[in-house]
Amino acid sequence: MKYAISDVLTITKRQLLQLARVPELLVFSTIQPVMFVLLFRFVFGGSIDSGQPGGYVQLLMPGIFVQTVAFTLASTAIGLAEDMKKGLIDRFRSLPISRGAVIIGRTFGDALLNILVLVVMAAAGFAVGWRPTSGIVQTTLAFVFLFMFGYALSWIGILVGLSVKEARTVQSVGFLVTFPLTFLSNAFAPTTGMPRALQYFAEWNPVSTMVAACRQLFGLKNEFGATADSWPSQYPLETSLLYMVLLMVIFIPLSIRKYKNFSS
Amino acid sequence: MKSVIAEHLVKTYRKGEVVALNDLSLDVEEGTVLGVLGPNGAGKTTTVRILATLLKPDSGHATVAGIDVVKNPDKVRELIGLSGQYAAVDETLTGWDNLVMFGRLYHLGRQPSIDRANDLLERFDLTEAARRPIKTYSGGMRRRLDLAASLIVKPKILFLDEPTTGLDPRGRQDMWGVIQELVKGGVTLLLTTQYLEEADQLADEIAVIDRGTVIARGTSDALKTQVGGERLEITVENTDVAAAQEIVARVSGHATHLDLRTISAPVSTGSVALMNALRALDEAKIHPLDIGLKRPSLDDVFLSLTGHVAEETVQETKKKKRGGKK
Repeated sequence: MKYAISDVLTITKRQLLQLARVPELLVFSTIQPVMFVLLFRFVFGGSIDSGQPGGYVQLLMPGIFVQTVAFTLASTAIGLAEDMKKGLIDRFRSLPISRGAVIIGRTFGDALLNILVLVVMAAAGFAVGWRPTSGIVQTTLAFVFLFMFGYALSWIGILVGLSVKEARTVQSVGFLVTFPLTFLSNAFAPTTGMPRALQYFAEWNPVSTMVAACRQLFGLKNEFGATADSWPSQYPLETSLLYMVLLMVIFIPLSIRKYKNFSS
Repeated sequence: MKSVIAEHLVKTYRKGEVVALNDLSLDVEEGTVLGVLGPNGAGKTTTVRILATLLKPDSGHATVAGIDVVKNPDKVRELIGLSGQYAAVDETLTGWDNLVMFGRLYHLGRQPSIDRANDLLERFDLTEAARRPIKTYSGGMRRRLDLAASLIVKPKILFLDEPTTGLDPRGRQDMWGVIQELVKGGVTLLLTTQYLEEADQLADEIAVIDRGTVIARGTSDALKTQVGGERLEITVENTDVAAAQEIVARVSGHATHLDLRTISAPVSTGSVALMNALRALDEAKIHPLDIGLKRPSLDDVFLSLTGHVAEETVQETKKKKRGGKK
C-alpha cells in the first residue's frame, strides 16, 4: 500500500503525457466550451432580456461553466471504456498495483484537465464581457465548486465506463444523461418560462443548484419562478455541496467495487 | 516442480448459457513451454485470464508458483508477465513512455524504470521507434512492445495469449525468435495459439483444448504418434488414379484416402513401404508426380482428436454473435 499514491500519480501522469504527445486533444477539449461561450453570447445574447446589469453574458457564463464540467461525466466514461476495449485495463489489472489506483488516477487526470478548461473558458468569457463583481474570494470559491462538481461527476463516469463496454455507446449514454440535465435547468434561460412540472424538476436538478450557486458567488441575483421559496432555490450553495458529497459517497465505493470485481 | 497448475476449472458466462471452461486441468513444469492449442472459442483466453488473476473461475483451483490465484492475486501479479491477444498499451504514448510507465507501476523507481525501458527497447529492436507514438507502429512492432512491457520485472512465469495472431509471416518469424530467446533464458511459458505450426515450433509440450477442456496432451511427437504413424502419399495423373489407388492399398494394407489426384494411406513399415510402392508403380508404368512419406501434422492431430478442423466451435458463441448483430 505504500505505493498507492505513486501508482495513482503514474496513471494521472499518463493522461497528461497523452495531452503532451497529442496536443490536438487539448485543443479539442477546450475548443468546444469556448465555442459554446461565443455561440450563446452572440446568438442568444441579443434576444434574451436578462434584466441583469452587464447583460446576458453574466447569466450565461455560470451556465456554461457548469455544463462544461458536467461533460466530465462523459469524457471520463469514454476514456475508461476505450482503455478497457484496448485491453489496457487488463494489463493494469495484471500488475501488482494498488486497487483503485487506475480509476482514481483517471479522475485526477480529468480533474486537472478541467482546471485548464475552466481557465481557458474564463478567459474567453472575460473577452466577451463577463465580469464577476463579487471579489476574488467569492469568485475563486465558485471555481472550487465547479472543480468539485466535475470531480464528483467523473465518478459516475467511471461507473458508466466500466459498465458499458463500447466507447461509442458510452458517448451516447453520456450525452443522453448530460444534455437533458444541462438544458432542463436554469443554465441558459430562466426556469420561469417552463411548464410548472418542469420547473420543479429543474429546481432540484443539481445543474440548476450549481448554476444558482455560481451566480450567487459571482455576485448575481438569482431569479426563480414558481419555485422561488423552495429549499434548493433558497440555499443553492448548500444544496450543491450536498449533491457533490452524496454523489461521491455513492459512486466512489460503487465504482471501486465494480472495478475490482468486473470480469469480461 | 510445477510452476502453473490448473485443476478442474469451470467458467460459464451469461448464467451458464455459454460454457467457456468445462473442467479444464493443465500444468506447466518449471522452465518449460506449454503450448495450449485450440480453435477460437475453445477457452484459451479464459484460461489465461484466470491464471493471470483477471478472472475468477466458477469452480476449480489454480496456482501459479504455488500461490493460489483467487486467494492471493496480488502475490501472483508480482511474479507473472502477461501479454494478450491485442497489444495492451497506450497507443497515444510513445513506446518509451509506455515502458517507463509500466516500470513505475511495477515500482521500479524512476531511474531504474528508464534504464529498463531503454534496455528492452534495444533488445526488441525498437530503439529507433522509441520516441514515436505507438499508433505509428506496425503490428509486429506493437506486439514486441507489448511483450517487452510484460518483461519489465523479468518474470519467472510468462503467459502469452496468441502472441502472433494477426501478424504477417515475417512478423510471426520475428516473434518466434524473440520467444525462443526468452525460453533459453529459463522462463516458464504458457503460450496459447491457434496455429499448429507455432505450438510445434515453440512448445515442449502441447495441450490440445476444445470446448473448454483438454482433449489431449503430450509432446508434439507423442501427439503425432497417437494419431497414427506415417502415411504414404502419392500424386499421379488423373488417368492413373484407379491403378495407383490399388497399389497403395496393397502396399499399406489399409483403406486409402483420395483427394483429387493424391492418394494416401497409413503405413507402418516406413521407407520399405515407399520402395515397394515405387517398384509396383514402375511395373505398372505409372509415373508419380509426387511421392513421399508424410508424418502427420498437428492439423491432422486436431482433426483426428476432435473430428473437426480447427475453427470456431462454440455454437452458443456463434448464435450470440449473430443475435447481437440484429
